[in-house]
Amino acid sequence: MLMVRPPSPYPAIFAIWKDSVGKRSLTDAVNVRGIEFQWNVRDSFALSIGAFQIPRGERLLLLGPSGSGKSTLLSLLTGIVLAQSGSLEILGQRLDALRGSGRDRFRAEHFGIIFQMFNLLPYGTVIDNVLLPLSFAPARRARAMAAGGIECEAHRLLSTLGLPANIGRQTAATLSVGQQQRVAAARALIGSPEIIVADEPTSALDDHRQQDFLDVLFAQIDATGATLIMVSHDRRLARHFTRVVEFADILTFSKTAGSNR
Amino acid sequence: MIVARLALQSLRNRWITVLLTILAISVSVMLLLGVEKVRSGARDSFAGTVSGADVVIGARSGGMQLLLYSVFRIGNATNNVTWRSYEDIVSRPEVAWAIPLSLGDSHRGYRVIGTTGDYFEHLKYRGGQPLKFAAGAPFADLFDVVLGSEVAGQLGYSLGDQITLAHGAGSLGPQHDDLPFRVSGILARTGTSADKSLHVSLKAIEAIHVDWRSGSRIPGQVTTADRLRQMSLPPRAITAAIIGLKSRLQVISFQRTVNEYRAEPLSAVLPGLALQEMWALVGTAETALLGVSAMVVVTSMLGLSAMILSTLNERRREIAILRSLGASPRTVAALLVGEATLLTVAGIASGTAALYLVLMVARPLIDRQFGIDIVIQLPSTTDAMLLLAILIGGILAGLLPAYSAYRTSLADGMMVRT
Repeated sequence: MLMVRPPSPYPAIFAIWKDSVGKRSLTDAVNVRGIEFQWNVRDSFALSIGAFQIPRGERLLLLGPSGSGKSTLLSLLTGIVLAQSGSLEILGQRLDALRGSGRDRFRAEHFGIIFQMFNLLPYGTVIDNVLLPLSFAPARRARAMAAGGIECEAHRLLSTLGLPANIGRQTAATLSVGQQQRVAAARALIGSPEIIVADEPTSALDDHRQQDFLDVLFAQIDATGATLIMVSHDRRLARHFTRVVEFADILTFSKTAGSNR
Repeated sequence: MIVARLALQSLRNRWITVLLTILAISVSVMLLLGVEKVRSGARDSFAGTVSGADVVIGARSGGMQLLLYSVFRIGNATNNVTWRSYEDIVSRPEVAWAIPLSLGDSHRGYRVIGTTGDYFEHLKYRGGQPLKFAAGAPFADLFDVVLGSEVAGQLGYSLGDQITLAHGAGSLGPQHDDLPFRVSGILARTGTSADKSLHVSLKAIEAIHVDWRSGSRIPGQVTTADRLRQMSLPPRAITAAIIGLKSRLQVISFQRTVNEYRAEPLSAVLPGLALQEMWALVGTAETALLGVSAMVVVTSMLGLSAMILSTLNERRREIAILRSLGASPRTVAALLVGEATLLTVAGIASGTAALYLVLMVARPLIDRQFGIDIVIQLPSTTDAMLLLAILIGGILAGLLPAYSAYRTSLADGMMVRT
């Protein structure tokens, strides 16, 4: 499918101004227009999304049972995989316009990602785990630097997320699951990326720890004004979010046995 | 920085497999480099023994055999050269110096050589160094003997000691025990066959055989040492002679003269040429040995590849985490190639270090046992090339798992299938 963009009504000079200054604040965090994706031709594991926007600063909860295409959607949003057709813009940047390594760099700079569990490299120290994304994201590193030095910033995040002060030197494997999730949150937040993606981050935690975790996470996200996209099957979380969307409402996901198989 | 540190911590986390892999590479490096060292050490040792000699003559035989028994004291002569022929040949104008050698007796497993004072003056080793005396002087009396350094060291002899020679090569053969010799000199170490020899004068060889006929004593006949000293005893025959010519250009024509000598069938060999012949013969064995060591290296490289490949499944999550943080598939692949390279470098370093350690300990043993002096020096160009080849092998061994991880990380996306 070929997307034809309408010609811009503005003179060229405005287009430049719009690109350099206004883009970040004016565009949506996520803007999807009719994408189709299939993992590969052999297994027909297809996903399609019509039109879908996530404005900047939104706290969005995507609800759906497991096996509803969550991981695939997150892979698409973060540019790990590319849709076969359609347009996907993140912060005004079309992902399919970037080369593979450009998308990796883009992801490093603009996304903080928290997985369900096993977020950390178990043999590394907590502080190294938190600082790791900065190795791939110079702009985030510069921002963390400006906030008072990258190590200080990491320690600050760890302590605001309720972790003990001396935890930085510990090996990640020695931490409890709840602590690991907080370290993962610190890693996602460091250098203030624009979008935080969380894939069932609380499902490994018991109820009151869930609440604790979400509280500190939201407080930090509010502080940086980042957009939060959380995926979960837990409807009870809905009250914390500015918008709740059912997976089934925005995408169609088919996992039928392929004819070529 | 952090990525590198985490990669090292990942290795430390798997230290047992990592250590075993390094050990395998290290052993293979030791083997390959060791074989190469022994090979070149053997060549140098052999070549150094005949330094400066232009021609070796002896009774008619193969060139290699003549060289082996005359210079290296391995094996036995088939026949002798009469003293008359020897004198005739060395009186030729092109001859600068000549060392006659008379073999056949022994002392506790070491060979006794009847020769002249020219032996100590003209025999050169390792790039033209002359023989030096660690103690004493050449034989002056009829019953004086000069010991090679190993003979003196192993048997614990010093100047003035009395020793008896045995008839024939075995130490259990009949003894010339009625005529003891006095140690008049001990040679400094050379790393050649001179270390393993006892040197007496040609006349002494004749003297101890005055009372002997065809390998056993003549019953009832005893000639005293003093009586022997007064006898004239011209040598009747020698086993071989090492000859230096005035000009190298005359070597070929001199060789022809000796080979066509009419009075008796003689052979002349050019030591360098005969050595070449010898290396051609043992070259196949050397190549086979080097080939086997190379296969061991290849095996260790396959082990390295298999080790990294086997960790990929458990590191799938690690890779997915790195990818989600913005590491490109190329970075992931580079990490794995880097890991393979690091382990190979560690293996090369530890293997080389271990080899030098082993050489330092084993050097005297190898020298004593095989007469090969392995000089301990910095790796040669050949060694460096071998090590470089191993390093490239290690990098190649990392490419397969790297490619596999590259593919996996592209296909896995954010889903970590565990």
